[in-house]
Amino acid sequence: MTPLLELQTVTKVYTRGVISKSSNVALQNVSLTLNEDEPTILTVAGESGSGKTTLAMLLLGFIEPTEGRILYKGQDIRRLRGAARLTFRREVQAVFQDPFAVFNPFYTVDHLLSVPIERFKLARSKAEARAKMDEALTAVGLRPEDILGRFPHQLSGGQRQRINVARALVLRPRLLIADEPVSMVDASLRATILETLRNLQRNYGVSIIYITHDLTTAYHIANSIIVLYRGTVMEAGDVDRVIKQPQHPYTRLLIDSIPWPDLSRRWGEHEIPAKEYAEVVSGTGCKFSPRCPHAMDKCNTPPPLFRIDAHQAASCFLYEQRPALAPERLSELLPV
Amino acid sequence: MSHNPILQINDLQVSYYTDAGRAIALNKVSLALEAGTKLGLVGESGSGKSTMALAMLRMIKPPGRIEGGQVLVGGTDLMALSEEDMLRARLSKIAYIPQGAMNSLNPVMRIGAQMIDAIKAHLPGESRAAMRERALQALASVDLKRAVFRLYPHELSGGMKQRVCIAIGILLRPQVIIADEPTSALDVVTQRQVMETIDRVQDQIGAAVILIGHDMGLMAQFVDKVAVMYAGRLAELSSVRAMFSNPGHPYAQALIASLPSLENKGVFQGIPGLAPSLLRIPSGCAFHPRCPHAMEKCMRVRPDLEQLADGRMVACHLYAQQEVVHDAAA
Repeated sequence: MTPLLELQTVTKVYTRGVISKSSNVALQNVSLTLNEDEPTILTVAGESGSGKTTLAMLLLGFIEPTEGRILYKGQDIRRLRGAARLTFRREVQAVFQDPFAVFNPFYTVDHLLSVPIERFKLARSKAEARAKMDEALTAVGLRPEDILGRFPHQLSGGQRQRINVARALVLRPRLLIADEPVSMVDASLRATILETLRNLQRNYGVSIIYITHDLTTAYHIANSIIVLYRGTVMEAGDVDRVIKQPQHPYTRLLIDSIPWPDLSRRWGEHEIPAKEYAEVVSGTGCKFSPRCPHAMDKCNTPPPLFRIDAHQAASCFLYEQRPALAPERLSELLPV
Repeated sequence: MSHNPILQINDLQVSYYTDAGRAIALNKVSLALEAGTKLGLVGESGSGKSTMALAMLRMIKPPGRIEGGQVLVGGTDLMALSEEDMLRARLSKIAYIPQGAMNSLNPVMRIGAQMIDAIKAHLPGESRAAMRERALQALASVDLKRAVFRLYPHELSGGMKQRVCIAIGILLRPQVIIADEPTSALDVVTQRQVMETIDRVQDQIGAAVILIGHDMGLMAQFVDKVAVMYAGRLAELSSVRAMFSNPGHPYAQALIASLPSLENKGVFQGIPGLAPSLLRIPSGCAFHPRCPHAMEKCMRVRPDLEQLADGRMVACHLYAQQEVVHDAAA
């Protein structure tokens, strides 16, 4: 059985400058497999500059990896042409961060839904197209009669973001890349959108890659998690384990800094070493070591993933007595 | 309240006059804040929280208009000041830390020059050395190195820029600091650093802080009191403990119930319905179309913010009735 999506040791380096080239490794040696018959929600978490949006762009085929390959149903997405490419475009959909920027203010919201239906020839008649739009809007918890025919500015941010999910749904995708879908939406609406996404996975069998810096929502929606820092995988595994028992010093720092809406769980149980980022780590060692309270000499060499549990591994020498895990086998850690 | 409040807002009212009609963004809001306390102002987008901040600074732009009310800072009514005096009051009495720090610093001026600019406008008599010393002190109090003084904004990270904005905000030791979603663009670790910085400088200068935002988690970690706004009015004003353990107003209850925690994995509880348009605020209590406890009275009579026995202020008929029942029993 061919997996739905396969990343094979993908590295992305951005270079700039013509004469004196400087390069920035946005993503380093990431391998990942998603199976078609096991729809899951995978969170990719990290702060700004961790490479999480680069990963989304790679998966959508907007940019090409510097090294490694991305396979969709066994085919390199760079080599897709013609009908195969169209299928890929239809089956891999995205929901972006800003629910305001994706709408053209001159068109009613119908436009956003009807264009993909026309382009991919999903409906034979106007009535069928309308029925598809109604169905998709209903699936995300909106009433079509409230939404269709209105302009983007007449809708709230939460409604607009749900229309984006509906647009993706019209195309019956196999994979949805959601890049910070709730970070610009009011807290009271976040729950609704996240629930919409989860129902998509449950009821329509869509796999979702949920990209975020917000570990609280990640915990609630996802099955598994990959924590990135400056392009490398710091920790990965079952979302319950990673969030409740973080092992990597970076994950611990992240989890400890979440402002929990809970008076008994205060910030500051662990001090944050207030080191400013030591600018661009040039060495090949652990990317987090300049900020790490446990940094050792050994951290100058890149730590492999050490398997702490069947469903948890951390890339940190604190766990070097545990068996190392080859990066290509990252997916084994991720429950579905 | 026995202490003298450093900030007293009385019946502040702001409307926006749009083509579609008059939108009352702030409807006779009153509140008081003592020196050294931190108030969190929460609400959905469009509930009036940013309007409130801008109105306190008298920075509402047309078609918006401040239509009445007082904002007393240390006894001075900002609304009664002349334009010129208001210019002087900003930063020296009341400072504003904006949402997007990256957009509020001048990209072609060094940080130090921008700080000195601000001091010069307020203290023209101060010597250059004293100004420089003041700026360096402010940078030190937000944990930035002296070297930052000579850097340009693009040389700093997002969190450092936001801390520069805080440093500028406290240059003249204002009595009130308003921070409008100061960390919404930052990741959690940087967010925590920024909030801890605000906390520390507030301790140093003893100012009152108003933190505007919709992240209840941040409120739980940071503030002493929480004010919940809904459709331009205060729905509840409580201590942070009361708000999180026993919220009074049904909207506040829904807000607290919608929060994620580690216990209830996968339970999503949104608030049903939509925030009302300010052009068409429902009659009576603005929350009644979404309220699970709505009574007939709620559609007719707008509840006022009343103080309950435990010190909480709630604008809801549920409690007015309780009070009446109590009186009758007694």
